[in-house]
Amino acid sequence: MKAPAAIARSPQADRRGWLSGRAAVIGIPYLWLLAFFLLPFFIVVKISVSEMETVSVKDILSWSDGVLQLTVKLSNYAYILADELYFSTYVASLKYAAATTVLCLFIGYPFAYFMARSRATVQPALLMLVMLPFWTSFLLRVYAWKGLLSDGGWAAELLVSTGVGDLLYALGLLTVPDKFMHTPFSLVLGMTYTYLPFMILPLYGTLSKLDLRLLEAAADLGATPWQAFWRITVPMSRAGIIAGSMLVFIPCVGEFVIPELLGGPQTLMIGRVLWDEFFSNNDWPMASTLAVVMILLILVPLALFHRYQAQAREAGR
Amino acid sequence: MSARLQTRAAPWVHVGWLAAGLLFLYVPIVALVVFSFNDSPVPTTWAGFTFKWYVALLEDREMMAGLWLSLRIAFFTACASVVLGLLAAFTLVKYTRFAGRTLFSGMVNAPLVMPEVIVGLSLLLMLVSVQRVLGFPDRGMFTIWIGHTLVGVAYAAVVIQARLRDLNPQLEEAAMDLGARPSQLFFLVTLPMIAQSMVSAWLLTFTLSLDDVVLSAFLSGPGSTTMPLVIFSRARLGLNPSVNAMATVIIVIVSIGVILASYLIARAERRRSLELAAAARAGSP
Repeated sequence: MKAPAAIARSPQADRRGWLSGRAAVIGIPYLWLLAFFLLPFFIVVKISVSEMETVSVKDILSWSDGVLQLTVKLSNYAYILADELYFSTYVASLKYAAATTVLCLFIGYPFAYFMARSRATVQPALLMLVMLPFWTSFLLRVYAWKGLLSDGGWAAELLVSTGVGDLLYALGLLTVPDKFMHTPFSLVLGMTYTYLPFMILPLYGTLSKLDLRLLEAAADLGATPWQAFWRITVPMSRAGIIAGSMLVFIPCVGEFVIPELLGGPQTLMIGRVLWDEFFSNNDWPMASTLAVVMILLILVPLALFHRYQAQAREAGR
Repeated sequence: MSARLQTRAAPWVHVGWLAAGLLFLYVPIVALVVFSFNDSPVPTTWAGFTFKWYVALLEDREMMAGLWLSLRIAFFTACASVVLGLLAAFTLVKYTRFAGRTLFSGMVNAPLVMPEVIVGLSLLLMLVSVQRVLGFPDRGMFTIWIGHTLVGVAYAAVVIQARLRDLNPQLEEAAMDLGARPSQLFFLVTLPMIAQSMVSAWLLTFTLSLDDVVLSAFLSGPGSTTMPLVIFSRARLGLNPSVNAMATVIIVIVSIGVILASYLIARAERRRSLELAAAARAGSP
């Protein structure tokens, strides 16, 4: 790709032009991300160990009488670790995010699989239908569930008449029979609904590139379709499964809008607690501490996402 | 491929699962539209057809001001996201070796999944620190734009990257053989081929910005209440038919925009592949 051009013109001039262009192409987005994505995290860490003064945050570095002082306040971290409420909120957030991920995988994997096995002519239309909700406001679609799940709403009526309401109550997901709003059920339903396309798309990406000859070979060698599915299709789509799961799990841990609109007093999630610390209590150091701990919790999932997203993208090439 | 392998599950499971999934995705959208024409103020039970919520919407000063602000922010966000996203995608696809590449690709991808409360809080705290030193920026349209563009770049980079990777490298090699400079190569060969993905990225980032609550809440100042913030504060209090009416207007406009754009993209794509085929025929002896 590089060699032929050099023959055509003076190689030196060519290289210099290419290099400066290259530096700008890499440099501009790089600087943007360093300034507005990476640097803010360090500031959050700094503020999480700062003292809150009446209107602003005190600097951790101070200069008095020729002595540079560094004041680091770790009491917020100690408080989070010791306090029952914060701890159980983190656990609940991880639990709801995990439940949502499992449900999305359960609905999304067969969906993506059948999509990939549909006739080639209908696949683009199906893909379009899965992607279209991305383009229609997420906030409004979550709000719509409020109406659907309230007493007398379409979904509520359906759940009551089919007996699913009783089942959910028996499972302990509802505290009052047939009241669906502001429960763990409505919260997880809303999150599953919102994040389902994020699960389907990477799964479809890997499943549609699966070499069907492998399945034919398995069938020729006497594997049942079920065996072939578990031993070939599922392992081959591993990158899509992990990328999709992380695309659902990570944002769900810190979700705010859905718990606020569909959750209730018993479904505390960390995103809501952080929001209240910041907007209601004006406690910036506490909000920052909550954010830092949340980042630490999602660090491993983030690394997994980063690794498998590239793989899912390059699958089958 | 044998028919047996096309679908191993029974056909009704295949079709049924797809239909149920799509129903799940679309019922809330349909419900929003239906209940925007409902005469009752409670959008759960049907009480007759009316246009009154749309009339009320036109007189709703708060909502209209929010809409106008959101549209402006969304426009600038989409433009900036596509430019920066293009540079980022180009970097990730074409330059496989440079110092700090791992950090770079991590930072491009992370905003896709990073909880918005973290991005919003950290960006706000940084901008407040900057403002204390330099005296600007004040919280408002500009700071919201920075936040939306931060997330928009990640989405734009994903969309454009997918297209860049699918390009036939022979076309670019041919242009280089014929003596095209890097800038010519980019503007005359690469750019026209990825133009459709840039349009998709523009539309996607525009609608993401038009929809965002969390970043806007952290980054907005007095007097810069975007439309989603208006909708969110009303939705928090309960059900509100004016929200349904606004939703229907947005859904109709966005659907028309997306369908029109994908039709035009498909047409341009067809024409391009015909031209390529013709060129290939003309070139072969």
